Amino acid sequence: MQKIAIVAYSQSECVSQAGAFNEVELIMPQLREVFGQVGLTNAQDVDFTCSGSCDYLQGAAFAFVSGVDALGAVPPIKESHVEMDAAWALYESILKIRMGQAESALIYGFGKSSPGELPIVLSQQLDPYYLAPLWLDTVSMAAMQARLMLESGLITERDMAAVVARSRNNAMNNPRAQLSGAVSVDELLAEEMYVSPLRKSDCCPVSDGASAMIICTEDKAKEWGVPYALISGIDHRIETHNMGMRDLTDSVSTRKAAETAGVFDRPVDVAELYAPFSHQEIILSRALGLGDEIDINPSGGVLAGNLMMASGLSRFGEVFNRIISGDARRGIAHATSGPCLQHNLVAVIEGAA
Amino acid sequence: MSEEREMITDIKTPIYLQYNFTAGNAPARFLSQIKKGVLTGQRCPTCDSVYCPPRGSCAACGVATEEEVVLTGKATVQSFTIVAIPIPGNPIKPPYIIANLVADGANISFIHLMSECINEDVHMGQRVEAVWKPQEEWDYAMDNIRYFKPLNEADVAIENIGKIPVNGPGE
Repeated sequence: MQKIAIVAYSQSECVSQAGAFNEVELIMPQLREVFGQVGLTNAQDVDFTCSGSCDYLQGAAFAFVSGVDALGAVPPIKESHVEMDAAWALYESILKIRMGQAESALIYGFGKSSPGELPIVLSQQLDPYYLAPLWLDTVSMAAMQARLMLESGLITERDMAAVVARSRNNAMNNPRAQLSGAVSVDELLAEEMYVSPLRKSDCCPVSDGASAMIICTEDKAKEWGVPYALISGIDHRIETHNMGMRDLTDSVSTRKAAETAGVFDRPVDVAELYAPFSHQEIILSRALGLGDEIDINPSGGVLAGNLMMASGLSRFGEVFNRIISGDARRGIAHATSGPCLQHNLVAVIEGAA
Repeated sequence: MSEEREMITDIKTPIYLQYNFTAGNAPARFLSQIKKGVLTGQRCPTCDSVYCPPRGSCAACGVATEEEVVLTGKATVQSFTIVAIPIPGNPIKPPYIIANLVADGANISFIHLMSECINEDVHMGQRVEAVWKPQEEWDYAMDNIRYFKPLNEADVAIENIGKIPVNGPGE
């Protein structure tokens, strides 16, 4: 099967409030940056464009349509959108290329979550009859998941704090992170409970921003003459929305997606995991069989800044950057969607041979 | 032994979500001016098109519109419709006119109302002018302009609509 090359990536800073910027104004600087990396002018220069966003975040109907104003879509372009993280826009773009309908694609994701109350807004993604009317927020659901892990002896609060400490420390090397700093496990454990057993530091922050990426066939990457990394495998699996039917302490969907994506075929040296809560990083690491030798979330991950609808795409971008710089040779990019890791996408990114 | 059950036709699950909505940097600059009774547009640095109202980018080029252009409130009818049916929630009594207008000095049309006119006489290329609300009612809103009314000026040729300079079509 034809391998897909990542040739450009950019992400805005994760900020707690992007101020007056609207969706177009958030997206444009990232598009300028990725076009610049390849030497393109606008979306006319790629064969396909796909974005990921959710209008509920900023409360603006058809915000995703306004986003098209950032593209230069005159004359009309081939464009699509997913009401999901842009990692799934990347997935759609890969299908488009593999079907032979495009050689190159622009993908972008954006989220302005600060205008609303994000954990409450996300309650509206739940089953509309039983759960959404209860206003069941994402933090409370993650807290129930964490309690299951703790009470069944699968993790300790110290394990969770260790994830946060590593995130904060790694993020000191990431100028786009929102939360970073040299904190110790003991300092984190001294924090008060937020939604027990979660401390505030166990939860990703709410962030505004955008990210963008350009992918293409390997031949096109060579033609453009830019450094590239290859997506050698990708798959995504979803679990039932009925929380009572899932083993919340494991992520079967992640493991299955990883198998078909080829994660277990050869060793990896880096993994960027979309884990919005500290205990979820442990679930994902175990599902992917990641040992201590693997560099997990060297960017700090989303505990250091979570751009809803762009963070998944950014995981790909972070692995891409490390392969291009030579810091890694084979890495895992992971994206999640839905409450308590319901839906998971896993890909393998490798250096060009 | 089937039990008679009442048919459930609907359930109510109201959604209340509150947002601190922001219009965007470019729209905010436009709205700050219209609060002062000044209609403005913003120019694309690539293709020179002037957008009124601006949304942040030139949709054709995908670049930010930075340069602000002060407009006069005179405009040309690009297209229009006569609304004959009542629209739920709309306080305006039909029949009334919704028109696609291009302000002098701008290149992209916007939608507004027309009044002080004979509906059947409204036509493409017709010259119109903004009628503002009293100054004490001005807010950060497009409806500071209550409607546009006809001007006693020669029509603009169809092919010239959207190309009128800021000081008007001239002779």
